[in-house]
Amino acid sequence: MAMAAMRNASRARAKKAGSALQLTGYRRTSGAVGVRNHVVVLPVDDLSNAAAEGVARLINGAVALPHPYGRLQFGEDLELTFRTLSGHGANPNVYGVVVIGIEPRWAERVAEGIAKTGKPVELFSIERHGDLGTIHMASRAAYRLVQEASEVRREPISPSELVTSIKCGESDPTLGLAGNPALGRVVDRLVDMGASVIFGETSELTGGEHLIAGRCATPTLRKKFQEMYDAYIQMIEDQGVDLLGSQPTEGNIRGGLSTIEEKALGNIQKTGTRPVSRVIGYAEPVGPGQGLVFMNSSSAGAEYVTLCAAAGSVLHFFTTGQGNVVGHPLIPVIKISPNPITCETMSEHIDVPLPDLLLGEIGLDEAEGRIMNVFERTVNGRKTAAELLRHNEFVITKLYPSA
Amino acid sequence: MAHRALAHKSTDDVAVAVSELRPGETLTIEALDGGEPHQVKVLEAIPLGHKIALRDLPEGHVVIEYGEKIGRMTRAVKKGGYVHTHNIRTLRWDYGETSTAKRKAKVTASRKSGVGKGGK
Repeated sequence: MAMAAMRNASRARAKKAGSALQLTGYRRTSGAVGVRNHVVVLPVDDLSNAAAEGVARLINGAVALPHPYGRLQFGEDLELTFRTLSGHGANPNVYGVVVIGIEPRWAERVAEGIAKTGKPVELFSIERHGDLGTIHMASRAAYRLVQEASEVRREPISPSELVTSIKCGESDPTLGLAGNPALGRVVDRLVDMGASVIFGETSELTGGEHLIAGRCATPTLRKKFQEMYDAYIQMIEDQGVDLLGSQPTEGNIRGGLSTIEEKALGNIQKTGTRPVSRVIGYAEPVGPGQGLVFMNSSSAGAEYVTLCAAAGSVLHFFTTGQGNVVGHPLIPVIKISPNPITCETMSEHIDVPLPDLLLGEIGLDEAEGRIMNVFERTVNGRKTAAELLRHNEFVITKLYPSA
Repeated sequence: MAHRALAHKSTDDVAVAVSELRPGETLTIEALDGGEPHQVKVLEAIPLGHKIALRDLPEGHVVIEYGEKIGRMTRAVKKGGYVHTHNIRTLRWDYGETSTAKRKAKVTASRKSGVGKGGK
């Protein structure tokens, strides 16, 4: 195609992709756009969970993110924990943050990462104050931040200002046939509108990794992707085992998936058809306008959604066959399922039921429209199933034992 | 009419049941790529989401779904039969045995030779 024709086609595609969407969100000091407006109480380490949860119990609207790590970690594992914690504070869905650590130094490192975004950050440490003194001071800070946040207004935003992410879980072949091709349509549309879409699940590409490698936009990206994939599989084999027995999972097998290749080929359907324009490591920051981004990551639902939120995703699409119920404390997770049994027996977990797509009663256009409709309403504040059911999974990826 | 089973590509070896299939019923199975539909008589009960053979698949046959390789038949199945973990196995880590000790030895060996890693 000639360049002018290609430009016209791409402009027409962007126009079609974005037409009729009316989105609102919270524009932060840094320019980043969120779709929720949380105040976070962030414990730097396991020892500070009690104080953080104490503050969240006292102050209506403050969200604590308790977790089991942050002590005696070292090297890349420590960096990833810091990046995950700072990334959650920096996430555009967050108005401001109260950081609590057992001692001040590491708490300062986490707080500095968040303060770069220009949002309010308050820092407290427990030693020399005790839990009660810390909760007293930190609660006053959280009180002020929640009140300030309550006066921030939504404003019109463009889809090109959003960072989103995708995953499937408790997969079965109904996803490969229906749920994932429908989400793939939406991913193409979001990318065409200028949004960023993060995908990952490194080990779950096994059997289809050549298809993702083939879609990397440049030879350099392709090499980086292949090295990340090979290193991940090597890491598994270094334990003297392979993926048999864990991939596919027992839930996958019950649903009809027989091999990792079959699972991967279904998984890949949801990534759509656009080129992979960036390849990143665990929880590296992603901004808007970066297209389809591959993030090296675990395929475990809560770990993966946590990595995406740390990278800056403000909204997550999650297709499920057998009924994965995962959510996240800060980003809405839109659950999509084409499995008629799941939609009937677990309806409270599914935001977009698509069993009629599986049965051929509706087509992909209609399914895409339904997902886009729920996406628009969710961006504008409609609560997802996972938000209503308090699915607040926050799971830090741990790379190796602590010292 | 609602689908009872669907194939990704008309040339695939297997299709996926989108409702419970019962032995004895005869189905017209369409493919998402719009290719030639398959007429298949169901030989055994197949749950929703599970696979049905679109042709006779001999032992050792490399099975195609999505137009890609998804595994190898460890036992033959007839057209209309049930394809799942009892008769298909991944092509990755394809050692043909199950004892943990043997598997560990094979993983070590395959790592040295570069077999079983990605990027074929």
